[in-house]
Amino acid sequence: VSSELLFEGIDEPGLATLDGYRRRGGYETLPKALRMSRDEVLNELIQSELRGRGGAGFSMGKKASFLPKGDMDKYLVCNADESEPGAFKDRELMQKNPHQLIEGIIIAAYAAAITRAFIFIRGEYAHVADTLERAVEEAKEAGYLGESVLDSDHSLILWVHRGAGAYICGEETALLDALEGKRGNPRLKPPFPANQGLYQGPTLINNVETLSNVPHIVAMGAEEYIKLGVPNSTGTKIVSVSGNVQRPGNYEVELGIRSRDLIYGLAGGPPPGREIKFWFPGGSSSPVLTADDLDVPYDFDSMAKAGSMLGSGSVIIVDDSNDVLDVALKVAKFYRHESCGKCTPCREGTNWTVKMLERIQRGEATPMDLDIMASVQERIIGHCLCVLGDSMAMPIGSMIAKFRGEFEAHMDSARDAADRAAIEAAA
Amino acid sequence: MTEIARFSHGSRVPGWDEAVDLDLDPAEVPDPATTEVPDDLRAEIEGYMARYPDPHSAALPALTAAQRRHGWCSPEALEQVACVMRVTPAYLAAVATFYDMLRVEPAPPGTHAIYVCTNISCSLNGADALYDAMREAAGDDEAFEVRAFECLGACDIAPMASVDGTYVGPLAPADCVRIVGQCRAGEEVLPERQLDHRKSADTLAREAGLK
Repeated sequence: VSSELLFEGIDEPGLATLDGYRRRGGYETLPKALRMSRDEVLNELIQSELRGRGGAGFSMGKKASFLPKGDMDKYLVCNADESEPGAFKDRELMQKNPHQLIEGIIIAAYAAAITRAFIFIRGEYAHVADTLERAVEEAKEAGYLGESVLDSDHSLILWVHRGAGAYICGEETALLDALEGKRGNPRLKPPFPANQGLYQGPTLINNVETLSNVPHIVAMGAEEYIKLGVPNSTGTKIVSVSGNVQRPGNYEVELGIRSRDLIYGLAGGPPPGREIKFWFPGGSSSPVLTADDLDVPYDFDSMAKAGSMLGSGSVIIVDDSNDVLDVALKVAKFYRHESCGKCTPCREGTNWTVKMLERIQRGEATPMDLDIMASVQERIIGHCLCVLGDSMAMPIGSMIAKFRGEFEAHMDSARDAADRAAIEAAA
Repeated sequence: MTEIARFSHGSRVPGWDEAVDLDLDPAEVPDPATTEVPDDLRAEIEGYMARYPDPHSAALPALTAAQRRHGWCSPEALEQVACVMRVTPAYLAAVATFYDMLRVEPAPPGTHAIYVCTNISCSLNGADALYDAMREAAGDDEAFEVRAFECLGACDIAPMASVDGTYVGPLAPADCVRIVGQCRAGEEVLPERQLDHRKSADTLAREAGLK
């Protein structure tokens, strides 16, 4: 089976324009969807078993079905705040095929009886946001957006909303606060956004890639769609591969592909003479795996079984020329910077983890510090409003567990060096 | 008892008063009769406010627009946005200080924003040396804001930088002088290495028969 769905013809010149998209059969699924009843479309999405591509992997159709029925202000928000270190798939999808996403938004909004939608895009993606805004304008002029879409009873107003640089806004409730013009702090759940989200109204929040799948599911039918991928991880996935690989970039693969085929076969593996030391299978927030795990199939359940997660589908390769401590410190510093400060375990825990890692680097740590650090991670996980703290605790915890010997060796040599320096200074 | 070290403004927290003018009352919505707002800025902000069921949603785009004009979210800029949006400057200061792309320290209008990504994938490919070289290239020129930035979502061109919103990479430390020079001359930055002109890795893999 071909593994080209969302990326089919992705580099065709002009695909980002309405004409280019229509030339490839774009906006042909929308009238088909509008001829179906809302429940029929919703049912197709549920039957497709499409799981959210933003990180949590929750069933997209089910989430849409949680929205209360009836006449009220409901909202659809497309989460385009792609900020997870190692993730860049949504950027390419929006930059090169914005209309695919817009068609997906219109169909999803129809299924859930939503009349107002927003694309929340991170502020750094300025060029991509320009492209999206042009595409939205084109779609409006062509009658795909606005009052009575293609003369149906479905209406949809869509705006592109630019963020201003905050990783936490990728968390769905923080995103809603940011979209309401506030600081991007996560909210307590429940209530979940499907019941009470944007402006207190029921809100469907989906990732760019998830919504870009929607036209394909409706076009081919759920029955055909579930033939792609493996059970419980249906469809294709755009995987961002980066770090120490020879051919970094986005690859569309069927879920369930062997990780080795993705990392070596497509991305070319680490530079000549280097071996993989460890890798993040789902962005910097996923627990690390080692070279022993390269034969694990790349899908949601297999990654969970291997002790990690598929997350947003962002593979970062770290080769044996790197020190695990340096990578741990990079990860910890990132989450310390991005912690919004609302919950204590995350705000303090990220800060103390950085301080303790720096102690190791300076040669002031003892092996007991590793245990304290591991316990700090345990105290963060599950104790905050959102998973930002967990996102640091999980990879750091896994690095300590899998490379404890290296941390200890680093401690010893740094301590020796510090001692020698002190003796020399005294002499 | 040990003496607690304090800053001259009396607080132990550095910088809390930088983004506000303490002579103004930050808790009061500015008076339209006495607050001058440039017409085009007012029109732009009102345009944003009309997009949303709740006009407060316009805060981020409005602050971004004000920053483009003033160079940073200065007390004057906050005052003008607050006047149009009918909120207090304090509310907007709280928002502005949360987001990395909104400047709360003085910068002249037209400041070039150079963000060097120093997150994992870029640092595995030499981003720290790139950042040092970029800072050296810009020197102490006030027209440049060179920052080590969190993952910019372009690990396929690592190590990379965003120059006034344009993504360029992969970069070497030797490229930095050219980038700064092109900014000064108002030219396009490294046209041959802009992300927008790059083919997808997926396409290249297909062309090479790898998939």
